[in-house]
Amino acid sequence: MNTPAPQLAEAEVVIRVRGVCNRFGKQTVHEGLDLDVRRGEILGVVGGSGTGKSVLLRTIIGLRRPQAGQVQILGEDFLALSDEHRVRIERRCGVLFQSGALFSSQTLVENVAMPLIEHAGFPRPAAEQLAIVKLALAGLPADAAHKYPAQLSGGMVKRAALARALALDPEILFLDEPTAGLDPIAAAAFDQLLLTLRNALDLTVFLITHDLDTLYTICDRVAVLAQKKVLVVGDLDEVAATDDAWVQDYFHGPRGRAAQQAAAHGRQGQ
Amino acid sequence: MNAGRQAVATTMAQMDTPHAPGQIHLDRRSQPASVRISGDWTLARYTVLQGELAALEGQLDDSISVDMAALGELDTAGASLLAQLLGAQRLSDWAKAQETLPAARRALLQTVGEAMQSWRAPAPVRQTGAIRAFFAHIGSAMEKVARQEWALLGFIGLTLATLVYDLWHPQRWRLTPLAAQIEETGWNAIPIIALLTFMVGAVVAFLGSTVLVEFGAGIYTVNLVAFSFLREFGVLLTAILLAGRTASAFAAQIGSMQANEEVDAIRILGLNPVELLVLPRVLAMLIALPALTLVAMFSGLLGGGVVCAMTLDVSPTMFINMVHDNVAVRHFLVGIAKAPVFAFLIAVIGCAEGFKVTGSAQSVGEHTTSSVVQSIFMVILVDALAALFFMQAGW
Repeated sequence: MNTPAPQLAEAEVVIRVRGVCNRFGKQTVHEGLDLDVRRGEILGVVGGSGTGKSVLLRTIIGLRRPQAGQVQILGEDFLALSDEHRVRIERRCGVLFQSGALFSSQTLVENVAMPLIEHAGFPRPAAEQLAIVKLALAGLPADAAHKYPAQLSGGMVKRAALARALALDPEILFLDEPTAGLDPIAAAAFDQLLLTLRNALDLTVFLITHDLDTLYTICDRVAVLAQKKVLVVGDLDEVAATDDAWVQDYFHGPRGRAAQQAAAHGRQGQ
Repeated sequence: MNAGRQAVATTMAQMDTPHAPGQIHLDRRSQPASVRISGDWTLARYTVLQGELAALEGQLDDSISVDMAALGELDTAGASLLAQLLGAQRLSDWAKAQETLPAARRALLQTVGEAMQSWRAPAPVRQTGAIRAFFAHIGSAMEKVARQEWALLGFIGLTLATLVYDLWHPQRWRLTPLAAQIEETGWNAIPIIALLTFMVGAVVAFLGSTVLVEFGAGIYTVNLVAFSFLREFGVLLTAILLAGRTASAFAAQIGSMQANEEVDAIRILGLNPVELLVLPRVLAMLIALPALTLVAMFSGLLGGGVVCAMTLDVSPTMFINMVHDNVAVRHFLVGIAKAPVFAFLIAVIGCAEGFKVTGSAQSVGEHTTSSVVQSIFMVILVDALAALFFMQAGW
C-alpha cells in the first residue's frame, strides 16, 4: 500500500505547502507560509495559541481554501483536484481532530467501522470486527466499544478518534493535539503506539502538539509557527538553538528543560 | 498433489516481487503441520483472507508452526488477522522470539497481539420476540410520556417560583436579553404571521361566501370571519406558528448550550440558569404572543374584508360597521385571554426540552422535535378545553 507515487521520487516530500496566506477578515493568520513534510517522518508543529496551527492543518487537508498559495499532498495540488480525485487522496489520509469529532449518534464501533464500510467496501460484520481491533490498538477497553461518545471520558473519546483516523491504515496521519487531555501514562503509551505504527507502516505524521514529552520522544523534526509563517523547521536541537524569544522560552523554560532531561534519561535507559 | 506443492514452491520463489496478493497455505504433511503466510496482508486483502481463515477454522491447533518468510506488506488489519489465526497471546510471544524479522514488523505484531489479548468478544445482544418487543415499546413510551409531563409540571413550578422571586428584586431583571428575545420571537415574526392570517381570513371568507350565499345569507360572511378570528383563529394560528418557530429555537439554543456544558458553567458560576435563560424567553413570549395575536386578528379581518369587498360587494365601511354592531367585545376578550396561557406553555416546553438534551447532536434534534410536537399538542388541547368552558359559561 505504501507505493511511492512516481512524481514523488525527488525528495520524498509528501506534503508541500508553498506561500499559503490565510486571512479571517482583517486578521492575517498566515502570510507566505512554506512547509515540507517528508515521507516517513513525524513532524511536530508547535506554536503559541492563536498562531494558526489548526488553521494550517485545516488548510492542508482541504477544509479551508487559503487566500493565496498552494498545497500539494502526495504530489497532487489538492485545491485543483476534481472531487473524485480528492476522495482518493483523502482516503490515504487519517485525521484526528482536536476535540475528537466522533459522530455522536453512533457507537464507537460504528464510528470506526464507517470508513471501512464506505471506502474499503467491507461488509458490516468484518468492518466491525476490524474496528474492534483498532479500538483495542488505541487502548480502549472491550466494554467501551458499544458505547456512545457522550458516555465516555474525554481521553477515551480521543483514543476512539485515533482509532477512526487509523481505520483505513492511512499513509499520512494528521493529529491535532492528540495527547491533550490524556493522563501521562496514556500519553506515553500513545507516543509509543505512534512510533510503532510509523516504523512498521512507514506512516507520515503531521502532529500538532503542546506536549513537550511527545516532541522529545517521537518527533523527527519540529516546525515552529510564529510571526505568520514557519519560523524554523529542523531537528530538535537545531530548533531549540534558534535565536527567538518565544522559541527560547518554549524549549528552555522549566517544562522544556524537564522534558529534555526525561528524554535524555530515556535514551540512556535503552 | 505433488504438482500442487511444486506450484506453491514456485510462487514462493517469486516472492521477492513486491506485490503478491496475501495468501495462506496449510501444509498438513509436515510434522508438525505448518501454515505458510505469504504475500501482502493488508486492508485491501482483508475480506478475502478472512474468508480463507474461516475455512481453516478448527484445523489448526497449538502445535502448528508458522512460516512468515514470504510475507510481503503488513498493516494493522493484516496483523489482526494473524492474531486471529494464531491467537493474540501466541502471536505476540512468537513475534518476540523472531529475531530475523525486522524490528519494526516485530513491534507491530507485538502491539497488535497485546492489544487483542485484552479483548474479549462482546456479549451477544439478547433477542426478544416481536410481540413482546411491541408491548414493551408501548409500555416504555407510556412511561416516558408520564415522566415527561411530570417533569414539565416541575419545570413550570420552578419557572413560576423564580419569576415571583425576581419580581421583588428589580436589580435582577434582565432587560437587554428580554428586549433581544422580544425582537427575535415577536418583531421578526410579524411578516409571516400577517401574511398567513391574511390568507386564512380570505379562505374563510371564500367559504362563507360560497356556502352562505346559497341560503341567501351571504352577508353573514362578515360575522363568520369576525367571530372565527376574534375568538379562535387569531390566537390559535399565532400560537401554532410560534410553537413551530420559537419553541424549536428555544430548545435548540438551550440544548446546544447544555451539550456544550455551558449550562453547567452558568450553574457553577453561582448564577441561576432558569433566571438567566428561561425567564427572558418566557417573558418575551408573554409579551410577543398577545401582540402578534392582535396582528393576526387584524390581518385576518383584512383578508376577509378584501374577499367580501370583491365577491359580496360589501364595502369596507359597511364591513367595519357590521363588525362593530354585531360582534361584542367579549369575543375579542375570549380570544386574547388565551394568548398568555399559550405563550407560557410554548416557552416553558421549549426551554424544558432544551434542558433535557444530553450531549449528542441527535439528542438536540430529538428534543427540538419533541418541543414542537408537545407545544402544538398542548396549545390545541388547552384551546379545546377553553372552548368547552366558554361555551358552558355562555361567553
